[in-house]
Amino acid sequence: MNKTVNQKAWFFVIPVFVLVAFNAIIPLMTVVNYAFQETFGNNVFMWEGTRWFKQIMLSERFHASLGRQFLFTFIILFIQIPLGIAIALTMPKEGIGVPICLVLMSMPLLIPWNVVGAMWNIFALPDIGFLGHSLNALGFDYNFTQQIGDAWFTTILMDVWHWTSLVVLLSYAGLRSIQPAYYQAAEIDGASRWAIFTKIELPKMKKVLTIAILLRFMDSFMIYTEPFVLTGGGPGNATAFLSIDLVKMALGQFDLGPAAAMSLIYFFIVLLVCWVFYTLMMRNEEKS
Amino acid sequence: MAKVTLKGLSHSYLKTQSSDADWAIRGVDIDWNDGGAYALLGPSGCGKTTLLNIISGLIKPTKGDILFDDKVISGLNPVERNIAQIFQFPVIYDTMTVYDNLAFPLRNRKIPEEEIKVKVHEIAEMLELSSTLNNRASGLTADGKQKISLGRGLVRSDVNAIMFDEPLTVIDPHLKWILRSKLKELHQKINRTMIYVTHDQTEALTFADQVVVMHEGQIVQTGTPVDLFEKPKHTFVGYFIGSPGMNVLPCQIKGNDVIVNGKKIETHKQIKKSNFNKTEVGVRPEFISFSNEGIPVKVLSVSNTGRHKIVDTESETGKIKIIAKSNENVPSGSAFLKFKKEYTYTYGDSWIIE
Repeated sequence: MNKTVNQKAWFFVIPVFVLVAFNAIIPLMTVVNYAFQETFGNNVFMWEGTRWFKQIMLSERFHASLGRQFLFTFIILFIQIPLGIAIALTMPKEGIGVPICLVLMSMPLLIPWNVVGAMWNIFALPDIGFLGHSLNALGFDYNFTQQIGDAWFTTILMDVWHWTSLVVLLSYAGLRSIQPAYYQAAEIDGASRWAIFTKIELPKMKKVLTIAILLRFMDSFMIYTEPFVLTGGGPGNATAFLSIDLVKMALGQFDLGPAAAMSLIYFFIVLLVCWVFYTLMMRNEEKS
Repeated sequence: MAKVTLKGLSHSYLKTQSSDADWAIRGVDIDWNDGGAYALLGPSGCGKTTLLNIISGLIKPTKGDILFDDKVISGLNPVERNIAQIFQFPVIYDTMTVYDNLAFPLRNRKIPEEEIKVKVHEIAEMLELSSTLNNRASGLTADGKQKISLGRGLVRSDVNAIMFDEPLTVIDPHLKWILRSKLKELHQKINRTMIYVTHDQTEALTFADQVVVMHEGQIVQTGTPVDLFEKPKHTFVGYFIGSPGMNVLPCQIKGNDVIVNGKKIETHKQIKKSNFNKTEVGVRPEFISFSNEGIPVKVLSVSNTGRHKIVDTESETGKIKIIAKSNENVPSGSAFLKFKKEYTYTYGDSWIIE
């Protein structure tokens, strides 16, 4: 189709631009302001150029929390995506089971983050929590407040409990949108259950799975409240993911310059990963 | 290849059935010869797709048996029945190439790769898909995709029957003609039993040697396209086939006489009155002409289609349509109609009286 070129149409974009400026660009600019300057209060600023960025990029503390962040995100994606698909495949397709399953699945998603953190904190306490006490009673030496492995185990378990449902619901919606004729044709073609999954169900779920992976990547990469309430980033810095570390730096130590620089780097990493991932997933779509 | 027989087949989607309306199909008996081309014709919701899915084994019938070559196969699954089915919407495996799509049913049956290659190329040649064999199937147009669906049914040389469930619904009108003649050509070439479900009379009449007309879950008539046109056994067949459909007028039967609008008319056969709730006379617009005497009518309108004129008239008991030659003079105002005796039938409770 031929599109008419009319540069005046840009005027119609102005309202959106103003709105976005107010809720995103202007707040972001204050962060940019801090990232390039040093302040001693009283609104006195001194130009620092890229000093804070260099400092953050070279800091071992940032490397460590970035590493922990990527590890955490990969582990939860690796568990939640296959698990979510598996649960969606076993969910009933008709009858009274459908609403029951959907409601049960939605429950964890409706609980506020700090409540989830508090719940799991109490649940996992080694002396009185159901999980912690049971594990110890079974002979495991479990204490998430003191042992790094246990802290990671609990944080990951909590995130899987909280967010797998999202993957389930998206996958279920994707599965339900497949026309029955596809299954009938596969039956007539003599396809195995595995072939139906890999040749029909997975390709048809590609779009919802892309969204699921993107959402789970972004959310888990920016996770703050739940681990903050559960472990507070500890023991030591073992579960101090990027957000937790950032807040420590900005509000704990009041290093506003480096914290602002770190925020911007953090923001660009999220943006970059999402863009690369989305482009890769959608590249084949455009070809066909 | 096989002869397909259906015996006393009934199916309901409900657990319990209280009236005729609860049955999707009821009491269907069919004998289809090996290698024939058959069409199941009927409006949406008449049960034709249900019947097709029962034959292919996707649905288990509530009552009755399906036989292939006189062997009962009611308990077998679609793979064991060895049939092919082409659906209303093209079903393709998106991530595979055209070649892999066509090879899929053979690979599932563990056929050696060299044999598959020969077979796929042969079918691709037949369907004019050879040049796209290495392309991704998802990039094709709707008719290309439907050809792949068709190809997957044809690659297996031993299928008992090939079934089509309104396969041309999503195809552009000008391509419909091409694909339809392609199907006809394929049928002559491979000579397998083909069953074609459609609600489009042109499709059914051009494709099939024998057309089965369905109405509310029942078979109302089976016959060649000419039979269906010249001698509809049920008023529904009269309405549904032909354009415009058959004129159906209420009538009284007194002794041996058939009376329409107070006038005695002659029909194809002498009949006697029996116990019917409703008696009607049916005659196609093609078999009515203007005359000096007969049924009195008022001419309402004339529309010229180019090839012929369709005249709308109104009689005392209902409207009557007439097809007249395009050069014929159509009287205006009052006129009299004469029905061609051989093609005028009497119907008792919608079924022909013979």
